[in-house]
Amino acid sequence: MSYPVEQNEKFAEYANPERLVSTEWLAAALESGALADGKLVVVESNEDVLLYETGHIPGAVKIDWHTDLNDQVTRDYIYGEAFAALASAKGISRDTTVVIYGDKSNWWAAYALWVFTLFGHEDVRLLDGGRDKWIAEGRDVTTDVPEPAAGEYPVVERNDAPIRAFKDDVLAHFGNPLIDVRSPEEYTGQRTHMPNYPEEGALRGGHIPTAASIPWARAAAEDGTYRNRTELEALYLGEAGLQAGDDVVAYCRIGERSSHTWFALKFLLGFETVRNYDGSWTEWGNAVRVPIVKGAERGSVPALAGK
Amino acid sequence: MNTNTLPAALAEIVDDFQALTEPDRLQLLLDFSRGLPELPDRLKDHPELLEQVVECQSPLFLAIEAEKASDGAPAYRLFFKAPPEAPTTRGFAGVLHEGLDGLTAAEILAVPDDMPELLGLTRAITPLRMRGMTAMLGRIKRKVAAAHRLES
Repeated sequence: MSYPVEQNEKFAEYANPERLVSTEWLAAALESGALADGKLVVVESNEDVLLYETGHIPGAVKIDWHTDLNDQVTRDYIYGEAFAALASAKGISRDTTVVIYGDKSNWWAAYALWVFTLFGHEDVRLLDGGRDKWIAEGRDVTTDVPEPAAGEYPVVERNDAPIRAFKDDVLAHFGNPLIDVRSPEEYTGQRTHMPNYPEEGALRGGHIPTAASIPWARAAAEDGTYRNRTELEALYLGEAGLQAGDDVVAYCRIGERSSHTWFALKFLLGFETVRNYDGSWTEWGNAVRVPIVKGAERGSVPALAGK
Repeated sequence: MNTNTLPAALAEIVDDFQALTEPDRLQLLLDFSRGLPELPDRLKDHPELLEQVVECQSPLFLAIEAEKASDGAPAYRLFFKAPPEAPTTRGFAGVLHEGLDGLTAAEILAVPDDMPELLGLTRAITPLRMRGMTAMLGRIKRKVAAAHRLES
């Protein structure tokens, strides 16, 4: 049913090698006409809403994280009906193999992949290295926007619980590991928000007690690809102190950068239970009476009021 | 708000955006991103003369220069630098360049702070991304106001 999985040495070391494809693999698949019958769909998802229009991988469709995947009223993701309509319009059926790529080391692409996973889309993969690597290698790009035949996508409701954490889940999670993927300045609380940018900020600066600081980009190599398994283990098992079987929650500012880390923990290192806390610091740093820690120390498990 | 208080070039740009449907507005913004002029060589070789607008999601640098006029108030020249992989940021810079370059301090400072809202892009671009443009305009006005104080 799904498109053949790439075999290579680097990917073979990962827990779920079928979740990544290389630029070589994708170029060969496109060359062989893989996009013709809707079995494979390539999706570009960027931070910049106009970047796709400046040139993209031939045949790729665009999905914007904000205008397409976020509900426009409630702070939440779209629901089953809207997702089915979006997927169909992009030529995606329930059994389609979807390859997602984007700018900034796939930061937003990983976020889109996480949302696809909320809807239980089975075969969704990341292009290792993303948009920048494809372009750096001088591969084809086009400004032609494809008009795919509509896919057949059923209305499937999201199943948030396995991979998404809400604020109360995080409060109940204390004692288990948390990974904070923001910059060190945001982690210590030295910076609450960017100057003159209060709308995006938080009233408090710091981190969730006990969270380890591993900025998301450390999981990516210079060329935007994921670091190999040994390097990722040094980062998350060594530095962050995770142990096999841990139940992990990752967070950042709004849940986008932590999707990149979520992908690494879940599919590359094979942690069964990893949740992305998408409320992240824009919720936690503003919420009333939740504990925070300032400074570089992780802090200890807080005694919660009323517990 | 209407366009009465806007300088003519900026008012014209706003009218152009408002006359279009939402998808075409994005296309027009893309055209502005392509039309953003390169930095002159004297600034290219001196990145320290440019100031970063950190509020933008993508790196954006700007500089202003007052051009002495023989008669009356000096004209302010605006210079922007943003990478090609940040077309939205470049597009905003292109709009402000075409709309404000060469105007006097009084004209630039009279532009309402929420002028970017007039482009009708908020829904297509998202409020989060629009803030970058508001910040860019705010930074230009602060720099012009500071330079203007020194002049007078």
